Amino acid sequence: MRYIEPHAHMVSRVTDDYDRMVLAGCQAVCEPAFWAGFDRSSAAGFYDYFRQLTDHEPRRAARHGLKHFCWLGLNSKEAEDVKLAEEVIGLLPQFLDRPNVLGIGEIGLNKNSRNELRVFEMQVDLAVRHGQLILVHTPHLEDKLKGTRLILDVLKNDPRLRPERVIIDHVEEHTVDLVLTAGLWAGMTLYPETKCTPARAVDILERYGRERLWLNSACDWGRSDPLAVPKTAVEMKKRGHLAAFVDEVVFQNPLKFLQQCPKFVLPDDPWPILV
Amino acid sequence: MTQPQVLDLYFLAARHQLVELAAFLDRLDRTGPPADFRARAFADAVQILGGSEKNKAQAVLLALSDPTLEPLAAAATKAACGAWPGPAEP
Repeated sequence: MRYIEPHAHMVSRVTDDYDRMVLAGCQAVCEPAFWAGFDRSSAAGFYDYFRQLTDHEPRRAARHGLKHFCWLGLNSKEAEDVKLAEEVIGLLPQFLDRPNVLGIGEIGLNKNSRNELRVFEMQVDLAVRHGQLILVHTPHLEDKLKGTRLILDVLKNDPRLRPERVIIDHVEEHTVDLVLTAGLWAGMTLYPETKCTPARAVDILERYGRERLWLNSACDWGRSDPLAVPKTAVEMKKRGHLAAFVDEVVFQNPLKFLQQCPKFVLPDDPWPILV
Repeated sequence: MTQPQVLDLYFLAARHQLVELAAFLDRLDRTGPPADFRARAFADAVQILGGSEKNKAQAVLLALSDPTLEPLAAAATKAACGAWPGPAEP
């Protein structure tokens, strides 16, 4: 089996995870910028994080045979401080030409506040002006429905935006239809307790079809599983789905979306070991 | 999948989750009537499970969601708790 992990926070993971992902058939991993579990004290902290994502982490991944891409942006948990957000957003353009940068993400909303919304709009504007793909985080638990609606309002009101270049992540049963109906891509995150389980993700695929949907583990420093995508592929096979169906969901769909960024090229040599 | 296939694959896991849910409700009952908004929201959402409504997972998620559209004036916390407490006091 082959698959692409389109959303994983590998800076929070041990190198054994890279080995296990490669063993499971992972062809590439994509890492959105996110919250570190604590608030950074200055824009300089983000600058170093963006360096880590664009320089150090792709080299670490390559040592284990995995191609590493990233998304850059200011996560919504640190978007309440608009002045800091403006400084961080000002740092982004200098990184966008780095060879592993796919676009702006994960941006979005957390508690659905006015400042979060303002910072989200600023980053959408930046992405559009720089011709970048966009990866959007939707809020957790009781805040997800409202956040998804607010996010969709922002995106629908920007006539410059092409919906096929935006993925709305962490959809569940109550938000997936809103996203797909708007012409956007939708990501299902596979977590043990929150978001989707493998069984529920396959339910959603069976109900809504596999067009413009992808799966990700969003593994980070919390309860999460870097092998959640291949485990969900096994779930599909248990239900009798054919290999072609599974391949479309876990490999071809993310490939189709991500290849809209010309930098997303999978290596001919699956073992691009860098020393 | 056919009904026997669904049951063969998922019955035991669902039975386990059902007993866990029942035990959680018993545990909560022993603390008295539901006073916390999470307990009330949970009790409301559980009603969906016994109804004839289709798409129960979607209905449960909607029942636990903030249905409003007005952005918050400011984010006072980063965390979500799993149920909407209702409109903020004026």
